[in-house]
Amino acid sequence: MSSLTESRTRFKPVRVIKLRPNNQLDSWVAPLLTVVVLLSLWQIISWASPLREDLFPGPLAVAAKLPQLLADGSLVAAVGNSLFRAVSGFAIAVIISTPLALLLAHQPLLRKGVGPLVSAMQVLPSIAWVPAAIILFGLSDATIYTVLLLGAIPSIINGLLAGIDMIPAQYKSLSKVLGASKWEHVLHIELPAAMPGYVAGLRQGWAFAWRSLMAAELIAVGGSLALGVGSLLQRGRDLADLPLVMLVILTILLVGVLIELLFFAPIERKLLRDRGMTRTGENYG
Amino acid sequence: MGVRLNEVSLSYPGTGLVIDRLSAEIEDGEFIAVLGASGCGKSSLLNMIAGLLPPSSGWLEVPEDGAAFMFQDANLLPWLTASENVDLALKLAGKPAPERQQRVEELLNLVQLGHASGKKPHELSGGMRQRVALARALAQDRQVLLMDEPFAALDAITRDMLHEQLRALWRQTGKTIIFVTHNVREAIRLSGRILVLSSHPGRILETRRITGELRNNPAEAAALADELTTILRKEQRKHELTDRISN
Repeated sequence: MSSLTESRTRFKPVRVIKLRPNNQLDSWVAPLLTVVVLLSLWQIISWASPLREDLFPGPLAVAAKLPQLLADGSLVAAVGNSLFRAVSGFAIAVIISTPLALLLAHQPLLRKGVGPLVSAMQVLPSIAWVPAAIILFGLSDATIYTVLLLGAIPSIINGLLAGIDMIPAQYKSLSKVLGASKWEHVLHIELPAAMPGYVAGLRQGWAFAWRSLMAAELIAVGGSLALGVGSLLQRGRDLADLPLVMLVILTILLVGVLIELLFFAPIERKLLRDRGMTRTGENYG
Repeated sequence: MGVRLNEVSLSYPGTGLVIDRLSAEIEDGEFIAVLGASGCGKSSLLNMIAGLLPPSSGWLEVPEDGAAFMFQDANLLPWLTASENVDLALKLAGKPAPERQQRVEELLNLVQLGHASGKKPHELSGGMRQRVALARALAQDRQVLLMDEPFAALDAITRDMLHEQLRALWRQTGKTIIFVTHNVREAIRLSGRILVLSSHPGRILETRRITGELRNNPAEAAALADELTTILRKEQRKHELTDRISN
């Protein structure tokens, strides 16, 4: 008996497996650390470089430009103008694309004809539309919005179409059995079921809208156009002011990422959580 | 009014004849089980009665307001809670909001899920999901209820409990229930009549009445189960053999 007790006490747990809670901080710390490392590398290379600082500015020289741009108000005004254009343009794109995608989803013949064209439009870089838009509308907001819409609409349409295509066939049977009319089916079953694909399309549509806007603002400067971030970039180029150019590039990146993180990421997370799904890899690490 | 099938056939392009001139009469308030090996066309038969598939030939008579349907895998909408899933059936049936709220509560209590009304499908167990689906099917308030192997994916204990609940509900509501299954014991336990379907194409092989006496006599029920299982096995083997020859 005593030997048994002894042998029992000798057992030690080989490894304690602790369940690690999904730490929200991890998803912030890792990318932040990457940015810090990249900025440090950039600064070191800039110091070590034989080029003059105005030809190869490091992040410190770029940051030194910030107070001046903030003081004269140009950066805030440019970000405000661009954001207004991007958000309002994106909203118009959503209003146009959503019914169009629904129409294509329910009219197979139309989809066969127009579908490939929409996909082709998605491949075409929207900057290619800028010269045509300037010829048509001059240096006005119409030019900027045309380019932005042509950039964003195909992505949103394709996203919603993909979402609808992925709806399980059984939902259609359910709709029929419950006696839903076509509109009731679209409203209560089709649209909510297609939501993950739709949000993915909106996310991509936003990225395209923001990119197209920058391209349009970069080329279409002057006329009745208010100063945008893209035009600020062009001003930097005209003045051969590389720190200004780099600062504006970082601003464009930051605004894009912030909208993504503060707006689209939480929507997508909530959508997936509500349906008992998680994004691949989100819970690991 | 029950359901009448008259010389109903169904064929799919590619697979050929699935159901061959099937005739049956299901009385109002009857609980009938359609028993067959997998792939014998019993789900297709149910889909035809539900109006989801048109027959290739023959005709069928179903009540004017159609039939409620319960799917094999619950088929709940994942973005809606249990009560919202049930509510959708009432909403689509055109019931006004105040009436709906009370009815949803009643129906969820009926399937003993009143406590889980705010839960999403992924937060429920398989058995609970099927009970929500049953509540939704009952919400449609139709005389005929079609059930497509609704308990096939559940564990034995849950299935047992749901069998009892379903029998009680049937007695309570007097609905006409057509229950498709490949489980012989389930068919004997639940129904008052069993239609045994052949495989490829589906025809009625046997019709058996199940009396309360037989159901409550374990020896007799087991003997019938053995007999029906032998028929199904023979059908399955025949089906596999034809498959092998045609391949």
